[in-house]
Amino acid sequence: MPEYTLPLPQPTILHQPMWDAFKQHRLVVQRCRACDMMFIFAREHCPRCWASDLEWYEVSGRGRLYTYTTVRQPMHPAFNELVPYVYAIVQLDEGPRLPSNLVNVPIEDVQVDMPLRVVWDDVTSEFTLPKFEPDPDGLPRRMPHQTGATRVHASGVPAYTPAPA
Amino acid sequence: MDKSLRGKGAIIGIGELRPMRRRPDRTGIGLAAEVAIEAIADAGLLKEDVDGLITELALGEPAALAEYLGIRPRWAHGVNMFGATAAIMVPLATMAVSTGMANNVVCVINTPAGDVLPGMGAPNTYQANYEFPYGPGVAQNSNYAMIAQRHMFEFGTTQEQLAKIAVDQRFNAQANPLAAFYGTPLTVDDVMNSRMVSDPLKLLECVMPTTGAAAMVITSADRAKAGPHPPVYLLGAGVSIEHGIPPAHAIKMVDTPVKFSARQAFQNAQLSPRDMDMLSLYDCYTITVAVSLEDAGFCKKGEVGDFASSMDFTYKGNLPLNTHGGQLSFGQSGLAGGFSHVIESARQMMGRAGDRQVEKLDFCFVNG
Repeated sequence: MPEYTLPLPQPTILHQPMWDAFKQHRLVVQRCRACDMMFIFAREHCPRCWASDLEWYEVSGRGRLYTYTTVRQPMHPAFNELVPYVYAIVQLDEGPRLPSNLVNVPIEDVQVDMPLRVVWDDVTSEFTLPKFEPDPDGLPRRMPHQTGATRVHASGVPAYTPAPA
Repeated sequence: MDKSLRGKGAIIGIGELRPMRRRPDRTGIGLAAEVAIEAIADAGLLKEDVDGLITELALGEPAALAEYLGIRPRWAHGVNMFGATAAIMVPLATMAVSTGMANNVVCVINTPAGDVLPGMGAPNTYQANYEFPYGPGVAQNSNYAMIAQRHMFEFGTTQEQLAKIAVDQRFNAQANPLAAFYGTPLTVDDVMNSRMVSDPLKLLECVMPTTGAAAMVITSADRAKAGPHPPVYLLGAGVSIEHGIPPAHAIKMVDTPVKFSARQAFQNAQLSPRDMDMLSLYDCYTITVAVSLEDAGFCKKGEVGDFASSMDFTYKGNLPLNTHGGQLSFGQSGLAGGFSHVIESARQMMGRAGDRQVEKLDFCFVNG
Protein backbone atom coordinates (compact mmCIF):
# COMPACT_ATOMS: atom_id res chain seq x y z
CA MET A 1 0.00 0.00 0.00
CA PRO A 2 1.51 3.39 -0.93
CA GLU A 3 2.15 5.67 2.00
CA TYR A 4 -0.93 7.68 2.98
CA THR A 5 0.06 11.35 3.23
CA LEU A 6 -3.23 13.04 4.15
CA PRO A 7 -4.02 14.01 7.76
CA LEU A 8 -5.19 11.08 9.86
CA PRO A 9 -7.71 11.31 12.68
CA GLN A 10 -6.38 11.98 16.18
CA PRO A 11 -8.71 9.96 18.38
CA THR A 12 -9.12 10.76 22.04
CA ILE A 13 -10.63 8.18 24.37
CA LEU A 14 -13.97 9.65 23.31
CA HIS A 15 -13.44 8.98 19.61
CA GLN A 16 -11.56 5.67 19.68
CA PRO A 17 -14.70 3.44 19.69
CA MET A 18 -15.97 5.28 16.61
CA TRP A 19 -12.75 4.69 14.70
CA ASP A 20 -12.71 1.05 15.84
CA ALA A 21 -16.23 0.61 14.43
CA PHE A 22 -15.29 2.36 11.17
CA LYS A 23 -12.40 -0.07 10.81
CA GLN A 24 -15.02 -2.85 10.85
CA HIS A 25 -17.04 -0.89 8.27
CA ARG A 26 -19.80 -0.14 10.75
CA LEU A 27 -21.11 3.45 10.60
CA VAL A 28 -21.86 4.48 14.18
CA VAL A 29 -23.10 7.60 15.92
CA GLN A 30 -23.44 8.30 19.61
CA ARG A 31 -26.88 7.62 21.03
CA CYS A 32 -28.34 8.47 24.42
CA ARG A 33 -30.00 5.42 25.96
CA ALA A 34 -32.11 7.68 28.18
CA CYS A 35 -33.73 9.90 25.53
CA ASP A 36 -32.79 8.42 22.11
CA MET A 37 -30.92 11.55 21.04
CA MET A 38 -28.33 10.73 18.36
CA PHE A 39 -25.30 12.89 17.56
CA ILE A 40 -21.86 12.67 16.00
CA PHE A 41 -19.91 15.22 18.06
CA ALA A 42 -18.60 12.79 20.68
CA ARG A 43 -19.37 13.66 24.26
CA GLU A 44 -19.58 12.12 27.72
CA HIS A 45 -23.06 13.57 28.25
CA CYS A 46 -26.19 13.81 26.13
CA PRO A 47 -26.65 17.42 24.99
CA ARG A 48 -30.43 17.08 25.31
CA CYS A 49 -31.01 15.38 28.70
CA TRP A 50 -27.45 15.37 30.15
CA ALA A 51 -27.57 11.64 30.83
CA SER A 52 -24.20 9.92 30.62
CA ASP A 53 -25.60 6.56 29.53
CA LEU A 54 -24.39 6.78 25.94
CA GLU A 55 -23.65 4.09 23.37
CA TRP A 56 -22.24 3.85 19.87
CA TYR A 57 -25.20 3.00 17.67
CA GLU A 58 -24.91 1.53 14.18
CA VAL A 59 -26.88 3.46 11.57
CA SER A 60 -27.99 2.45 8.10
CA GLY A 61 -25.28 4.29 6.22
CA ARG A 62 -27.90 5.97 4.04
CA GLY A 63 -28.54 9.66 3.93
CA ARG A 64 -28.79 12.74 1.77
CA LEU A 65 -26.43 15.49 0.75
CA TYR A 66 -27.26 18.35 3.12
CA THR A 67 -24.76 20.75 1.55
CA TYR A 68 -21.31 20.71 -0.05
CA THR A 69 -18.52 22.75 -1.48
CA THR A 70 -15.84 22.10 -4.05
CA VAL A 71 -12.50 22.65 -2.36
CA ARG A 72 -9.94 24.44 -4.51
CA GLN A 73 -7.63 25.75 -1.76
CA PRO A 74 -7.31 23.16 1.02
CA MET A 75 -6.52 23.91 4.65
CA HIS A 76 -3.88 21.17 4.70
CA PRO A 77 -1.25 21.31 1.93
CA ALA A 78 -1.31 17.51 1.58
CA PHE A 79 -4.67 17.86 -0.20
CA ASN A 80 -3.28 20.28 -2.81
CA GLU A 81 -2.75 17.65 -5.48
CA LEU A 82 -6.32 16.36 -5.12
CA VAL A 83 -8.17 19.62 -5.91
CA PRO A 84 -10.86 20.12 -6.94
CA TYR A 85 -12.74 17.66 -4.74
CA VAL A 86 -16.08 17.65 -2.93
CA TYR A 87 -16.21 18.30 0.81
CA ALA A 88 -19.70 17.57 1.98
CA ILE A 89 -22.07 17.43 4.90
CA VAL A 90 -24.21 14.31 4.83
CA GLN A 91 -27.49 14.11 6.70
CA LEU A 92 -27.95 10.52 7.79
CA ASP A 93 -31.45 9.05 7.54
CA GLU A 94 -31.33 8.69 11.34
CA GLY A 95 -30.84 12.45 11.79
CA PRO A 96 -27.23 13.36 12.60
CA ARG A 97 -25.04 15.13 10.06
CA LEU A 98 -21.37 14.53 9.44
CA PRO A 99 -18.64 16.00 7.23
CA SER A 100 -17.22 13.64 4.61
CA ASN A 101 -16.23 13.42 0.95
CA LEU A 102 -18.29 12.34 -2.04
CA VAL A 103 -16.79 9.70 -4.29
CA ASN A 104 -17.82 7.89 -7.47
CA VAL A 105 -19.66 10.96 -8.80
CA PRO A 106 -18.45 13.70 -11.17
CA ILE A 107 -18.44 17.13 -9.49
CA GLU A 108 -20.89 18.53 -12.05
CA ASP A 109 -23.47 15.88 -11.08
CA VAL A 110 -23.41 16.74 -7.36
CA GLN A 111 -26.68 18.28 -6.14
CA VAL A 112 -27.94 19.20 -2.69
CA ASP A 113 -30.39 16.59 -1.34
CA MET A 114 -29.17 13.79 -3.59
CA PRO A 115 -29.47 10.36 -1.91
CA LEU A 116 -26.21 8.88 -0.67
CA ARG A 117 -24.84 5.71 0.85
CA VAL A 118 -21.65 5.06 2.76
CA VAL A 119 -18.56 3.53 1.17
CA TRP A 120 -15.47 2.66 3.14
CA ASP A 121 -11.99 3.96 2.41
CA ASP A 122 -9.38 1.86 4.25
CA VAL A 123 -6.70 4.53 4.15
CA THR A 124 -4.21 2.84 6.51
CA SER A 125 -4.11 -0.38 8.49
CA GLU A 126 -5.34 1.66 11.45
CA PHE A 127 -7.93 4.01 10.00
CA THR A 128 -10.94 3.67 7.71
CA LEU A 129 -12.82 6.76 6.58
CA PRO A 130 -16.55 6.73 5.81
CA LYS A 131 -17.17 8.40 2.46
CA PHE A 132 -20.36 8.65 0.45
CA GLU A 133 -21.50 7.85 -3.08
CA PRO A 134 -24.84 8.29 -4.89
CA ASP A 135 -27.42 5.78 -3.70
CA PRO A 136 -29.30 4.35 -6.69
CA ASP A 137 -31.96 2.95 -4.33
CA GLY A 138 -32.55 6.23 -2.48
CA LEU A 139 -35.65 8.38 -2.84
CA PRO A 140 -35.23 10.92 -5.65
CA ARG A 141 -34.03 14.42 -4.90
CA ARG A 142 -36.81 16.61 -3.51
CA MET A 143 -37.68 20.22 -4.14
CA PRO A 144 -36.61 22.53 -1.31
CA HIS A 145 -40.15 23.02 0.02
CA GLN A 146 -40.47 19.24 0.43
CA THR A 147 -37.40 18.84 2.60
CA GLY A 148 -38.95 20.64 5.56
CA ALA A 149 -37.17 21.53 8.75
CA THR A 150 -34.01 19.67 9.50
CA ARG A 151 -34.52 17.15 12.25
CA VAL A 152 -31.47 16.82 14.40
CA HIS A 153 -33.23 15.78 17.56
CA ALA A 154 -34.29 12.47 16.06
CA SER A 155 -37.30 10.80 17.58
CA GLY A 156 -38.69 7.38 16.71
CA VAL A 157 -35.25 5.85 16.76
CA PRO A 158 -35.31 2.18 15.74
CA ALA A 159 -34.70 -0.38 18.48
CA TYR A 160 -31.10 -0.80 19.43
CA THR A 161 -29.39 -3.87 18.02
CA PRO A 162 -25.99 -4.61 19.51
CA ALA A 163 -23.30 -4.99 16.92
CA PRO A 164 -21.78 -8.47 16.63
CA ALA A 165 -18.78 -8.82 18.91
CA MET B 1 -33.95 48.87 40.32
CA ASP B 2 -33.43 49.05 36.59
CA LYS B 3 -31.22 46.09 35.78
CA SER B 4 -30.80 46.77 32.07
CA LEU B 5 -27.68 48.39 30.63
CA ARG B 6 -29.77 50.87 28.66
CA GLY B 7 -27.92 54.18 28.55
CA LYS B 8 -25.54 53.29 31.41
CA GLY B 9 -22.31 53.41 29.44
CA ALA B 10 -20.98 55.08 26.34
CA ILE B 11 -18.10 54.93 23.91
CA ILE B 12 -16.25 58.24 24.24
CA GLY B 13 -12.97 57.59 22.40
CA ILE B 14 -11.71 55.43 19.54
CA GLY B 15 -8.42 54.44 17.97
CA GLU B 16 -7.79 52.37 14.87
CA LEU B 17 -4.93 51.45 12.55
CA ARG B 18 -5.13 51.03 8.82
CA PRO B 19 -5.18 47.27 8.10
CA MET B 20 -2.03 46.19 6.26
CA ARG B 21 -0.90 42.90 4.82
CA ARG B 22 2.23 42.82 6.99
CA ARG B 23 3.93 44.98 9.61
CA PRO B 24 7.38 43.41 9.84
CA ASP B 25 8.69 46.59 11.45
CA ARG B 26 6.32 46.41 14.44
CA THR B 27 5.37 44.14 17.34
CA GLY B 28 1.82 43.06 18.10
CA ILE B 29 1.85 44.58 21.58
CA GLY B 30 3.27 47.80 20.12
CA LEU B 31 0.27 48.04 17.78
CA ALA B 32 -2.06 47.41 20.73
CA ALA B 33 -0.41 50.13 22.78
CA GLU B 34 -0.56 52.60 19.88
CA VAL B 35 -4.34 52.30 19.47
CA ALA B 36 -4.93 52.27 23.23
CA ILE B 37 -3.00 55.54 23.63
CA GLU B 38 -4.86 57.00 20.65
CA ALA B 39 -8.28 56.04 22.06
CA ILE B 40 -7.49 57.41 25.54
CA ALA B 41 -6.36 60.72 24.06
CA ASP B 42 -9.41 60.76 21.77
CA ALA B 43 -11.60 60.43 24.87
CA GLY B 44 -9.89 63.45 26.41
CA LEU B 45 -8.49 61.31 29.22
CA LEU B 46 -5.05 60.95 30.77
CA LYS B 47 -3.15 57.77 31.55
CA GLU B 48 -4.16 58.11 35.23
CA ASP B 49 -7.86 58.12 34.32
CA VAL B 50 -7.81 54.59 32.89
CA ASP B 51 -8.71 52.07 35.57
CA GLY B 52 -10.24 49.27 33.49
CA LEU B 53 -8.77 47.16 30.70
CA ILE B 54 -10.30 44.57 28.40
CA THR B 55 -8.17 42.80 25.83
CA GLU B 56 -8.38 39.79 23.62
CA LEU B 57 -7.66 36.59 25.49
CA ALA B 58 -4.24 35.90 24.07
CA LEU B 59 -1.93 34.24 26.56
CA GLY B 60 -0.69 36.72 29.13
CA GLU B 61 -2.97 39.57 28.08
CA PRO B 62 -4.34 41.78 29.60
CA ALA B 63 -1.51 41.68 32.15
CA ALA B 64 1.14 42.07 29.46
CA LEU B 65 -0.53 45.15 28.00
CA ALA B 66 -1.11 46.74 31.41
CA GLU B 67 2.56 46.25 32.20
CA TYR B 68 3.65 47.57 28.79
CA LEU B 69 1.51 50.70 29.17
CA GLY B 70 2.50 51.19 32.81
CA ILE B 71 -1.09 51.26 34.00
CA ARG B 72 -2.61 49.54 37.03
CA PRO B 73 -6.22 48.73 36.19
CA ARG B 74 -8.48 47.83 39.13
CA TRP B 75 -10.66 45.82 36.80
CA ALA B 76 -9.44 43.77 33.83
CA HIS B 77 -10.67 41.01 31.61
CA GLY B 78 -9.50 38.90 28.66
CA VAL B 79 -12.11 37.78 26.17
CA ASN B 80 -12.18 35.71 23.00
CA MET B 81 -15.53 35.24 21.32
CA PHE B 82 -14.10 34.97 17.81
CA GLY B 83 -15.55 37.63 15.51
CA ALA B 84 -17.92 38.81 18.23
CA THR B 85 -15.10 39.69 20.65
CA ALA B 86 -15.16 43.46 20.06
CA ALA B 87 -18.95 43.73 20.03
CA ILE B 88 -19.14 41.82 23.32
CA MET B 89 -16.58 44.17 24.89
CA VAL B 90 -19.17 46.98 24.71
CA PRO B 91 -21.70 45.46 27.14
CA LEU B 92 -18.85 43.93 29.17
CA ALA B 93 -17.21 47.33 29.72
CA THR B 94 -20.61 48.93 30.32
CA MET B 95 -21.30 46.35 33.03
CA ALA B 96 -18.03 47.36 34.68
CA VAL B 97 -18.55 51.13 34.54
CA SER B 98 -22.22 50.95 35.53
CA THR B 99 -21.45 48.90 38.65
CA GLY B 100 -18.47 50.96 39.77
CA MET B 101 -15.91 48.25 39.06
CA ALA B 102 -14.11 50.83 36.94
CA ASN B 103 -14.67 54.37 35.72
CA ASN B 104 -12.97 54.34 32.34
CA VAL B 105 -12.38 51.05 30.56
CA VAL B 106 -10.09 50.83 27.56
CA CYS B 107 -10.81 47.88 25.25
CA VAL B 108 -8.02 46.78 22.91
CA ILE B 109 -7.54 44.13 20.22
CA ASN B 110 -4.50 43.68 18.05
CA THR B 111 -3.18 41.09 15.64
CA PRO B 112 0.35 39.77 15.54
CA ALA B 113 2.35 42.24 13.50
CA GLY B 114 4.11 39.72 11.27
CA ASP B 115 2.78 37.40 8.61
CA VAL B 116 -0.98 37.00 8.78
CA LEU B 117 -1.56 34.61 5.89
CA PRO B 118 -4.01 31.98 7.12
CA GLY B 119 -2.20 29.02 8.54
CA MET B 120 -3.51 25.62 9.38
CA GLY B 121 -3.10 25.74 13.13
CA ALA B 122 -3.47 22.69 15.32
CA PRO B 123 -6.91 21.13 14.90
CA ASN B 124 -9.12 20.77 17.94
CA THR B 125 -10.47 17.28 18.67
CA TYR B 126 -13.63 17.91 16.65
CA GLN B 127 -11.70 19.08 13.61
CA ALA B 128 -9.14 16.28 13.97
CA ASN B 129 -11.77 13.53 14.03
CA TYR B 130 -14.57 14.90 11.86
CA GLU B 131 -13.20 17.50 9.45
CA PHE B 132 -9.47 17.41 8.73
CA PRO B 133 -9.37 13.83 7.34
CA TYR B 134 -11.75 14.97 4.57
CA GLY B 135 -9.83 18.09 3.55
CA PRO B 136 -11.83 21.24 4.39
CA GLY B 137 -10.81 24.47 2.67
CA VAL B 138 -8.43 27.04 4.08
CA ALA B 139 -9.65 29.36 6.84
CA GLN B 140 -13.46 29.11 7.15
CA ASN B 141 -14.01 29.06 3.38
CA SER B 142 -15.71 25.69 3.13
CA ASN B 143 -17.94 26.14 6.18
CA TYR B 144 -19.40 29.41 4.91
CA ALA B 145 -19.49 28.13 1.32
CA MET B 146 -21.67 25.26 2.52
CA ILE B 147 -24.00 27.70 4.28
CA ALA B 148 -24.30 29.64 1.02
CA GLN B 149 -24.88 26.44 -0.96
CA ARG B 150 -27.67 25.36 1.39
CA HIS B 151 -29.20 28.87 1.36
CA MET B 152 -29.25 28.79 -2.44
CA PHE B 153 -30.92 25.37 -2.38
CA GLU B 154 -33.57 26.25 0.19
CA PHE B 155 -34.39 29.75 -0.98
CA GLY B 156 -33.09 30.18 -4.53
CA THR B 157 -30.61 32.87 -3.48
CA THR B 158 -28.24 33.74 -6.34
CA GLN B 159 -24.53 34.52 -6.48
CA GLU B 160 -25.27 37.92 -8.03
CA GLN B 161 -27.48 38.82 -5.07
CA LEU B 162 -24.69 37.94 -2.63
CA ALA B 163 -22.13 39.76 -4.79
CA LYS B 164 -24.20 42.96 -4.51
CA ILE B 165 -23.38 43.07 -0.77
CA ALA B 166 -19.65 43.08 -1.50
CA VAL B 167 -20.11 45.73 -4.19
CA ASP B 168 -22.06 48.16 -1.97
CA GLN B 169 -19.55 47.73 0.83
CA ARG B 170 -16.71 48.41 -1.60
CA PHE B 171 -18.46 51.61 -2.66
CA ASN B 172 -18.43 52.66 1.00
CA ALA B 173 -14.73 51.85 1.29
CA GLN B 174 -14.00 54.37 -1.47
CA ALA B 175 -14.85 57.06 1.08
CA ASN B 176 -12.66 55.50 3.81
CA PRO B 177 -8.94 56.22 3.41
CA LEU B 178 -8.16 53.66 6.14
CA ALA B 179 -9.71 50.79 4.15
CA ALA B 180 -7.36 48.23 2.62
CA PHE B 181 -9.29 48.48 -0.67
CA TYR B 182 -9.56 52.29 -0.72
CA GLY B 183 -9.05 53.36 -4.32
CA THR B 184 -10.20 50.02 -5.79
CA PRO B 185 -13.89 50.10 -6.77
CA LEU B 186 -15.76 46.92 -7.58
CA THR B 187 -18.65 45.78 -9.78
CA VAL B 188 -20.89 42.72 -9.60
CA ASP B 189 -19.13 41.46 -12.73
CA ASP B 190 -15.77 41.81 -10.98
CA VAL B 191 -17.04 39.63 -8.13
CA MET B 192 -18.59 37.07 -10.49
CA ASN B 193 -15.42 36.91 -12.57
CA SER B 194 -13.14 36.52 -9.56
CA ARG B 195 -11.57 33.16 -8.85
CA MET B 196 -13.80 30.52 -7.28
CA VAL B 197 -12.27 29.67 -3.90
CA SER B 198 -14.85 27.28 -2.47
CA ASP B 199 -18.01 26.84 -4.52
CA PRO B 200 -20.15 28.90 -4.52
CA LEU B 201 -17.90 31.50 -2.84
CA LYS B 202 -15.78 33.67 -5.12
CA LEU B 203 -12.55 35.30 -4.01
CA LEU B 204 -14.10 38.77 -3.70
CA GLU B 205 -16.77 37.44 -1.33
CA CYS B 206 -14.10 36.44 1.20
CA VAL B 207 -12.15 38.60 3.64
CA MET B 208 -8.48 39.37 3.19
CA PRO B 209 -6.40 38.74 6.33
CA THR B 210 -4.45 41.78 7.49
CA THR B 211 -2.59 43.07 10.51
CA GLY B 212 -4.17 45.83 12.51
CA ALA B 213 -5.46 46.95 15.87
CA ALA B 214 -8.30 48.94 17.36
CA ALA B 215 -9.29 50.34 20.74
CA MET B 216 -12.10 52.22 22.41
CA VAL B 217 -12.77 53.85 25.75
CA ILE B 218 -16.06 53.22 27.51
CA THR B 219 -17.16 55.28 30.47
CA SER B 220 -20.22 55.57 32.67
CA ALA B 221 -23.20 57.72 31.71
CA ASP B 222 -22.44 60.39 34.32
CA ARG B 223 -18.95 60.95 32.90
CA ALA B 224 -19.82 60.50 29.25
CA LYS B 225 -20.68 64.10 28.41
CA ALA B 226 -17.38 65.48 29.72
CA GLY B 227 -15.41 64.23 26.72
CA PRO B 228 -14.62 66.10 23.51
CA HIS B 229 -17.00 64.00 21.36
CA PRO B 230 -20.71 63.21 21.52
CA PRO B 231 -20.97 60.02 23.61
CA VAL B 232 -22.29 56.90 21.91
CA TYR B 233 -24.58 55.18 24.40
CA LEU B 234 -25.21 51.45 24.61
CA LEU B 235 -28.98 50.96 24.53
CA GLY B 236 -29.27 47.20 24.37
CA ALA B 237 -27.15 44.10 23.92
CA GLY B 238 -27.70 40.39 23.49
CA VAL B 239 -25.45 37.36 23.23
CA SER B 240 -26.35 33.94 21.95
CA ILE B 241 -24.22 30.85 21.50
CA GLU B 242 -25.35 27.63 19.85
CA HIS B 243 -22.18 25.99 18.58
CA GLY B 244 -18.60 26.80 17.64
CA ILE B 245 -17.44 27.56 14.14
CA PRO B 246 -20.44 26.52 11.98
CA PRO B 247 -20.12 22.75 12.12
CA ALA B 248 -22.13 19.99 10.52
CA HIS B 249 -24.37 19.62 13.55
CA ALA B 250 -25.72 23.16 13.66
CA ILE B 251 -29.45 22.76 13.96
CA LYS B 252 -30.00 24.50 10.63
CA MET B 253 -26.99 25.75 8.77
CA VAL B 254 -28.91 28.68 7.27
CA ASP B 255 -29.93 29.95 10.73
CA THR B 256 -27.62 31.75 13.12
CA PRO B 257 -27.87 32.58 16.84
CA VAL B 258 -28.21 36.22 15.71
CA LYS B 259 -31.95 35.68 15.84
CA PHE B 260 -31.73 35.33 19.63
CA SER B 261 -29.02 37.90 20.35
CA ALA B 262 -30.67 40.55 18.13
CA ARG B 263 -34.08 39.98 19.69
CA GLN B 264 -32.65 40.53 23.16
CA ALA B 265 -30.73 43.63 22.08
CA PHE B 266 -33.84 45.18 20.52
CA GLN B 267 -35.90 44.32 23.60
CA ASN B 268 -33.34 45.95 25.92
CA ALA B 269 -33.22 49.02 23.71
CA GLN B 270 -37.01 49.16 23.34
CA LEU B 271 -36.45 49.55 19.61
CA SER B 272 -37.06 47.47 16.50
CA PRO B 273 -35.11 46.77 13.31
CA ARG B 274 -37.05 49.46 11.46
CA ASP B 275 -35.78 52.09 13.92
CA MET B 276 -32.18 51.50 12.84
CA ASP B 277 -30.55 54.14 10.66
CA MET B 278 -27.42 52.13 9.85
CA LEU B 279 -26.07 48.62 10.31
CA SER B 280 -22.61 47.24 10.98
CA LEU B 281 -22.83 43.49 10.44
CA TYR B 282 -19.99 41.04 10.84
CA ASP B 283 -18.81 40.08 7.37
CA CYS B 284 -16.20 37.37 7.02
CA TYR B 285 -18.05 36.39 3.82
CA THR B 286 -21.01 37.85 1.92
CA ILE B 287 -23.26 35.02 3.12
CA THR B 288 -22.50 36.01 6.73
CA VAL B 289 -24.05 39.43 6.14
CA ALA B 290 -26.98 37.84 4.31
CA VAL B 291 -28.00 35.45 7.09
CA SER B 292 -27.40 38.14 9.75
CA LEU B 293 -29.77 40.52 7.93
CA GLU B 294 -32.42 37.80 8.03
CA ASP B 295 -31.85 36.64 11.59
CA ALA B 296 -31.68 40.19 13.03
CA GLY B 297 -35.08 40.80 11.48
CA PHE B 298 -34.27 43.26 8.69
CA CYS B 299 -35.92 40.89 6.21
CA LYS B 300 -37.63 37.52 6.44
CA LYS B 301 -35.71 34.24 6.47
CA GLY B 302 -35.03 33.21 2.90
CA GLU B 303 -35.77 36.61 1.39
CA VAL B 304 -32.37 38.24 1.72
CA GLY B 305 -31.55 37.71 -1.96
CA ASP B 306 -34.34 39.97 -3.17
CA PHE B 307 -33.79 42.27 -0.19
CA ALA B 308 -30.11 42.78 -1.09
CA SER B 309 -31.03 43.47 -4.73
CA SER B 310 -33.63 46.07 -3.82
CA MET B 311 -31.83 47.93 -1.01
CA ASP B 312 -29.04 50.48 -1.30
CA PHE B 313 -26.47 49.56 1.35
CA THR B 314 -24.16 52.48 0.59
CA TYR B 315 -23.69 55.34 3.04
CA LYS B 316 -25.98 57.41 0.81
CA GLY B 317 -28.54 54.63 0.60
CA ASN B 318 -31.82 53.70 2.25
CA LEU B 319 -30.10 51.20 4.59
CA PRO B 320 -26.43 52.07 5.10
CA LEU B 321 -24.54 48.85 5.85
CA ASN B 322 -20.88 48.49 6.80
CA THR B 323 -20.13 52.07 5.84
CA HIS B 324 -16.39 51.59 6.49
CA GLY B 325 -16.35 48.92 3.80
CA GLY B 326 -16.86 46.02 6.18
CA GLN B 327 -14.04 43.56 6.68
CA LEU B 328 -14.54 42.56 3.04
CA SER B 329 -13.17 45.93 1.91
CA PHE B 330 -11.53 47.27 5.08
CA GLY B 331 -9.49 44.11 5.77
CA GLN B 332 -9.81 41.49 8.50
CA SER B 333 -7.21 42.02 11.19
CA GLY B 334 -7.87 38.86 13.17
CA LEU B 335 -10.22 39.51 16.09
CA ALA B 336 -9.68 43.24 15.52
CA GLY B 337 -11.59 42.72 12.26
CA GLY B 338 -14.84 42.58 14.16
CA PHE B 339 -13.72 45.71 16.02
CA SER B 340 -13.89 47.70 12.79
CA HIS B 341 -17.72 47.45 12.89
CA VAL B 342 -17.84 48.82 16.44
CA ILE B 343 -15.35 51.63 15.68
CA GLU B 344 -17.17 52.66 12.51
CA SER B 345 -20.50 52.70 14.30
CA ALA B 346 -19.07 54.93 17.04
CA ARG B 347 -17.38 57.18 14.49
CA GLN B 348 -20.61 57.61 12.55
CA MET B 349 -22.67 58.20 15.70
CA MET B 350 -20.17 60.87 16.78
CA GLY B 351 -20.58 62.50 13.37
CA ARG B 352 -16.90 62.01 12.50
CA ALA B 353 -17.21 59.83 9.38
CA GLY B 354 -16.26 62.55 6.92
CA ASP B 355 -17.32 62.01 3.31
CA ARG B 356 -19.21 58.86 4.18
CA GLN B 357 -21.15 60.36 7.10
CA VAL B 358 -24.68 58.98 7.27
CA GLU B 359 -26.94 62.04 7.37
CA LYS B 360 -29.86 61.00 9.52
CA LEU B 361 -28.42 58.87 12.28
CA ASP B 362 -29.97 58.26 15.66
CA PHE B 363 -29.67 54.50 16.10
CA CYS B 364 -27.14 51.96 14.84
CA PHE B 365 -27.19 48.15 14.99
CA VAL B 366 -23.87 46.29 15.37
CA ASN B 367 -23.22 42.58 15.47
CA GLY B 368 -20.18 40.37 15.66
